[in-house]
Amino acid sequence: MTDTMTEPVKDTTGGPDHPGGLATQGLAVGYRTRSPRRRGAGRAVLSGLGLEARAGELTVLLGPNGAGKSTLLRTLCGLLPPLDGRIRIGGADLADQPPAALARRLAVVLTDRVDPGLLSVRELAGLGRHPHTGFTGRLTAADHAAVEWSLKAVGAEHLADRPAAELSDGERQRVLTARALAQEPEVVLLDEPTAFLDVPSRVALTVLLRDLARDKGLTVVVSTHDLELALRVADAVWLVDRGSRVHAGAPEDLIRSGAVAAAFDADHLAFDPVSGSFGLRRTARASVAVDAAPDVLPLLERALAREGLAVTDPGAQDVPTRVTCDENDCLTLTGPDGQVVHTRSFHELTRTVRTW
Amino acid sequence: MTTHMTTAPAAAPDASDAPQAGRAGRAGRRRLAVVLVLAAGTAALFVLTIATGSHRVPVAEVVRILFGGTADDPRWTVIVEQVRLPRALTATAVGAALAVAGVQMQTLFRNALADPFSLGVSSGASMGVAAVVVGTGGVAGSFTGNLAGLGRLGVVLAASLGAAAVLALVLLLSRWVQSAVTLLVIGVMIGSAATAVVGVMLVYARPERAQQFVMWGLGSFSATTWPDLHVMLPVIGAGLLTALLSAKRLNALLLGEDYARTMGLNVRRSRDLALLGTSLLAGAATAFCGPVAFLGLAVPHLTRVALGTSDHRALIPASMLAGAFLALACALLSQPPGTDSVLPLNAITSLFGAPVVIAFLIRSRRGVQGVAS
Repeated sequence: MTDTMTEPVKDTTGGPDHPGGLATQGLAVGYRTRSPRRRGAGRAVLSGLGLEARAGELTVLLGPNGAGKSTLLRTLCGLLPPLDGRIRIGGADLADQPPAALARRLAVVLTDRVDPGLLSVRELAGLGRHPHTGFTGRLTAADHAAVEWSLKAVGAEHLADRPAAELSDGERQRVLTARALAQEPEVVLLDEPTAFLDVPSRVALTVLLRDLARDKGLTVVVSTHDLELALRVADAVWLVDRGSRVHAGAPEDLIRSGAVAAAFDADHLAFDPVSGSFGLRRTARASVAVDAAPDVLPLLERALAREGLAVTDPGAQDVPTRVTCDENDCLTLTGPDGQVVHTRSFHELTRTVRTW
Repeated sequence: MTTHMTTAPAAAPDASDAPQAGRAGRAGRRRLAVVLVLAAGTAALFVLTIATGSHRVPVAEVVRILFGGTADDPRWTVIVEQVRLPRALTATAVGAALAVAGVQMQTLFRNALADPFSLGVSSGASMGVAAVVVGTGGVAGSFTGNLAGLGRLGVVLAASLGAAAVLALVLLLSRWVQSAVTLLVIGVMIGSAATAVVGVMLVYARPERAQQFVMWGLGSFSATTWPDLHVMLPVIGAGLLTALLSAKRLNALLLGEDYARTMGLNVRRSRDLALLGTSLLAGAATAFCGPVAFLGLAVPHLTRVALGTSDHRALIPASMLAGAFLALACALLSQPPGTDSVLPLNAITSLFGAPVVIAFLIRSRRGVQGVAS
């Protein structure tokens, strides 16, 4: 089992094999009660956390809505004080660091939709230089170089002169990531950066974050709802389950231990460990004998499953209904009453089998 | 790429910006051009405002007097030095003050409708003035009439005290308020409460005193004297300097307080400093000129669109110039050439200003897409 919540992490972070990195020890996160006198009193959302995110790895924080993912991330980046325990960045305690020094080690992309006003993309990314610039905020040649580097790293250099307000959602998340990189941090925390993105942009951003971790040696922690993609791309997963316990490990560790299924399975949704994806859980009302080439078979299975039909061997004797697909992709449907329909359309298929 | 704040107003582009040629270089040149045009326009309007009034003074004579020469007609020297120059200086300083106060408020609250008076500073000043005008029968609190003396001083003091009282209350409450939006709403509430108190006081005022209060509320650049300027200019100067030195902090706040905090900014201290600076600027302007409407709301938007950026290192110096420019223009319009009549300043700022701003924003592509602060 890889459930690390009960065993404290040894103080080895910052060791030679992974300098940098983020680790927590006995961390409790949540919101304090309003009275400032009762220090430490508060409603803990998650507690007893001994988590570690290594440099050079993409760590993904997963969990159902309301499980406390944002609370944990906001605590890790210093926006919320921890209720208990410690957070260490590269071996140094987060609480001991002055804000400007912390900002040079840790940068964030928050869920807030920002209003960039009339800033250009380059100016927006340049805001990330704040902890590095002097009193007047003037960017030196080195600062400009860091901004250009960060835009290049996220593949947004062609956007540099565009007004930031005119970007698409996907472009804006790239640019906000560039702003975080321009801080030249060791650790980058991102709170649901893919939330507003379409599927290609989600994949592109998630892969980009993994590459940034690998290539630049960054510690990247990202929370997301995109479970299937995260389980494919992440190096490590922190999974918050419904009982507010946090499981940590490689995606495969958590799939094997059943933690993923336990956290996300619902009445109509079931996690399939083989494909690493979720499927609709539905009891088949009948079976259909299917004879089709291997490239068409999965499509037929999906379409029939949607109509509550299970697929069986073409040789099955006791099944009256039958679907065959010839080499010309022509579907032949044989109904329970022996009626035969020929079609090339899956839509026609599903409408027909619905009457069976 | 950006105008350097400490070299304002005639800012020069940074040599280190050379690698960013192309569009960034063009943007930098555009900003420089905007600043230069504003500076030249402000200087021209400054002279023109001094030349215009019930008694015309030739422009060439104005320039000669301003540079220490002797005018052909000694009366001109008196008019320029004792009446027109204080008025022009007041318009310049108050215009710059309200514009910069507006920039800070709009950035601090991330709200396009925030202005220097959003936290109730002008309502507090009104309350102070109303108290003096209504309460003490012995004070001749005439705003436009008796320029010197206790009456004038009484009004200025009362306005300052009223503004300071509201400021103190807002700063005190900001200790307990995390959210900037909540603070903004609280400021608006305090403002309406103060306005309500003024309404009650005016019920018990003698009609001619209520009239004086109404006159104060219309705003004027013409009432300030040299002794007034000796107080007002240093206060506004301090406020403007604070704003210039806050450009980096205000930039960090552009993405909201959470991002600012994660970039290492002490948000609470920055907020206090900006609130204090804004209140000094708005309080001083209101105490000496009445609640001058519109400039503090509109100038930041106009300047952002003209510059094409929200970067405060360019925005603050340019807003100072734009605010001074528009305030001088309003001062000029409030005394139509060739007539003796003086129109109320607030009528000018709003009647002439509102259509100009609307037209400007609609014509500009950026304005149509959203006047973000």
